[in-house]
Amino acid sequence: MTTRAIGARIVRNEDPRFLRGLASFVDDVNPSSVLHAACLRSPHAHARIRAIDASRARAVPGVHLVVTASDLGDLNEPGPLLIPHPNLTHPRTQRPLAQNEVRFVGETVAFVVAEDRYIAEDAVDLIAVEYEPLPVVTDVEAALAAGAPLVHADVPGNRAARFPQRVGDPDGGFRLAAHLFRDRLVIERSCGSPIEGRGVVAEHDPRTPVLRVWTSTQAPLPIKNGLARMFGLPEFQVEVIAPDIGGGFGTKIMLFYPEEILVPWAALRLGRPVKWTEDRREHLIAANQERGQVHEVEVAADKDGRILALRDHFIHDAGAYTPYGIVVPIITAAQLPGPYRLPNYDVEFEVAYTNKVAVSPYRGAGRPHGVFVMERVIGRIARELGLEPAEVRRRNFIQPDEFPWDVGLTFQDGGPTKYDSGDYPAGLEMALERADFAAFRAGQAAARSEGRHLGFGIGCYVEGTGIGPYEGAHVRVEPSGKVWVATGLTTQGQGHYTTFAQIAAEALGCDPRDVTVVTGDTRKFNWGAGTYASRGLVTSGNAIHTAATKVRDKALRIAAELLEASPHDLELADGRVRVRGVPGKELGLGELATVANPIRYAYAKEASEAALRLVKSRVGAVLGLGEEPGLEAFGYYAPSQATFASGCHVAIVEVDPVTGDVRILRYVVQHDCGSMVNPMVIEGQIHGGVAQGIGGALYERIVHDETGQPLSTTYMDFLMPTAMEIPEIEIVHKETPSPLNPLGIKGVGEAGAIPGPAVLAEAIEDALRPFGVRIREMPLNPNRIRELIEESPDTDTRGDG
Amino acid sequence: MSPAAPALVAVRLRVNGRERVESVPPRLLLSDFLRYRLGLTGTHVGCEHGVCGACTVQLDGVPVRSCLMLAVQTDGAELTTVEGLAPGPDRLHPVQEAFRQEHGLQCGFCTPGFLMTVTAFLRDHPIPSDQEIRRELAGHLCRCTGYQNIVRAVRRASVLLATEKARERAGTP
Repeated sequence: MTTRAIGARIVRNEDPRFLRGLASFVDDVNPSSVLHAACLRSPHAHARIRAIDASRARAVPGVHLVVTASDLGDLNEPGPLLIPHPNLTHPRTQRPLAQNEVRFVGETVAFVVAEDRYIAEDAVDLIAVEYEPLPVVTDVEAALAAGAPLVHADVPGNRAARFPQRVGDPDGGFRLAAHLFRDRLVIERSCGSPIEGRGVVAEHDPRTPVLRVWTSTQAPLPIKNGLARMFGLPEFQVEVIAPDIGGGFGTKIMLFYPEEILVPWAALRLGRPVKWTEDRREHLIAANQERGQVHEVEVAADKDGRILALRDHFIHDAGAYTPYGIVVPIITAAQLPGPYRLPNYDVEFEVAYTNKVAVSPYRGAGRPHGVFVMERVIGRIARELGLEPAEVRRRNFIQPDEFPWDVGLTFQDGGPTKYDSGDYPAGLEMALERADFAAFRAGQAAARSEGRHLGFGIGCYVEGTGIGPYEGAHVRVEPSGKVWVATGLTTQGQGHYTTFAQIAAEALGCDPRDVTVVTGDTRKFNWGAGTYASRGLVTSGNAIHTAATKVRDKALRIAAELLEASPHDLELADGRVRVRGVPGKELGLGELATVANPIRYAYAKEASEAALRLVKSRVGAVLGLGEEPGLEAFGYYAPSQATFASGCHVAIVEVDPVTGDVRILRYVVQHDCGSMVNPMVIEGQIHGGVAQGIGGALYERIVHDETGQPLSTTYMDFLMPTAMEIPEIEIVHKETPSPLNPLGIKGVGEAGAIPGPAVLAEAIEDALRPFGVRIREMPLNPNRIRELIEESPDTDTRGDG
Repeated sequence: MSPAAPALVAVRLRVNGRERVESVPPRLLLSDFLRYRLGLTGTHVGCEHGVCGACTVQLDGVPVRSCLMLAVQTDGAELTTVEGLAPGPDRLHPVQEAFRQEHGLQCGFCTPGFLMTVTAFLRDHPIPSDQEIRRELAGHLCRCTGYQNIVRAVRRASVLLATEKARERAGTP
């Protein structure tokens, strides 16, 4: 028997091409005679456009096209509202080019196509726009205050949505409270910032005729169908390819970005291929961002620290538009309870427009905020009751025998927030043991006596993953015995070319290295949604499993016939079907694929010969009624609801109260994403997520001044951590398989990023306990930590603790 | 300023061992020259302001940011890009092999820049400490890996290179 493909720690099939510089990212696509585009972006956070004079730009030699809103006609309608919701009473989406008014710095005002990017940018500089600046609002609380400037004149009070939800009897819970605490918690704006920015290339071939678009997206199929509608083309004449994607993190799940419409439109208009590649400044001002919430939370606990009820009211920063509806704050509300029993829960959020680029999901998607709030509440209870934070968690965990556990709220996909499986108490103990918590407090005391400030922080989360609607797959065995798998979603570094191959190989009893996976190409697979919400492996993985199992069944059926054996006596391993106990009675998958093709003679000589010796003379048609040619099948998987992964992160930090510097001495991750397909890939996903979590806690922050000017527009200002800031991450795995899908898997893509702010807040607060510092905001830079120490009422005890 | 077409400048250089003679506009970035003129799209551009390091190539053996240089500055130089690392189509360079073994890449976009820095670094520091490795890598941004497996890859590459060197000395292939 072959060793199992699923669960194996194997190196990635896709790596050699990336390592040799032979990958194909969007900007590597250069159709012959391609033209290059550049965008004119608003320098104002809010202004009326009085006039645009593009005549000088049009006169530049080498300029082919200068487009403003008036040139686009009906195409310049507001983009689609991707996820409507009844509580989103005032949705607003962006037009490809600003019409009469700009609402954030970076909004596209004009689009230039020229011989090269240099000329296009020269021409952009020559477009004269007369702006009338309008009042600006950037702060979410100010946006909802009476008399605030309006981001959209027809949205009263800048309020896009208000959504109250209730579970159980929160008022009753508060009446029974032995302890009652309130906190105001803030998490500021950040962004995904993949190292490959966005990019679009389009060409229209009037002879085929096909509009072909390469775009750095996480969802090529919805883009294909949307472009077909916008341009009045049949869907089969539009092809969208997300080739190699240099990181997405949610930023690239937004559709449509203006350039995704403008580039294909220009290619159709000019009859020549057109390319636009985002530069970093454009990314940091005009690609969607996230985080950005202010919470007012109130908790009722009994005398032992058990939570009786929780009320949370929060304001969510939408930026200037709501293309993704209110999915991010819905996730925050639904996932805030985390691994804890919260029988009585009252949560209400308001969504405020501000003069900043729009918010749509970024890795974690509302969860880091919710987890930060819940874990700060746990920390507060521990602090006030004089308990270990770990103990408060133990007293509030949902127990392993209580699954499925219904949180009582509707999840982002419209399904229930119903936890399928998990073991949260065990997870916490695993993390504590690995971090040697038993020895920590003594070490902390000893360090304090030497003037060193160590802190221990914990962050637990539950993450809904693997949501619908569905994905599909096409699995085919070729006469060579090699396997081809196509699925509709994309790959932006998750290792799908390997993990998906492992799933197919497991069903087909072959080597994962013999399986080639294609993703993100609408020419190869036409059904599905995209890669987001930690759903790729669960949805496409189970679809591939379904399709590959059909192929396996067909292979066994054909083999049984040829080998004159019962299918029950056959085994499939090492890419060969064997009759158990009869040496030499066997056929390879390639041979079976050859036989499955009614035109058998022309391919794979050896396979043909081996198989055809066994083929009997034909009776009737080559294909029986309902029979299909080839050793191939399609399969689909639509989950009934989300699978809920979970984890517990622990950090030990040292804070220097003089400089405000935070050093992470240890970072331990316990995580549970159900059955593991490739632990190496999973660990990689977690490492990267943790780095983003740490970045979001200590370094990265999108900053605007009071006029709405973004101040973090370079990598010198938006500080993504380097190898010097990210510590060694220690991982302990726990596997509680999901009962919801055949593979027992849950998603893992976002997990690592979720508890970072929560765990570091608890660790820093613990380290600075002698100063009485409370952490109620994220991110924290050294300067802010020093301020918090100075502002603390207990500063006079400075370090004596 | 009217952008009149500037006069072209001739450059002659060697790229991955091959002689190249091209006429380029003076303002053409080295990164754009490599990617669009020479078709060497393995060199990636992540920030165009010299921070992320994705565009790193070796100029006369020294890692440089190709987004911060002009093509005309490379006249007479010897350039190596990621496409020039592997000894052949069937074999990876030990540093490339180590990145694969240690899962030191995910989306792969920043990877060529890391490879160009790491190959030069290990040439000059064959047995680096973890701290030295991390300090060297700090000139590059990776958004996927959290760096941990890149650090491991550099460690492993150091061993692979030492083994290769020992084999060469022993005269065995």
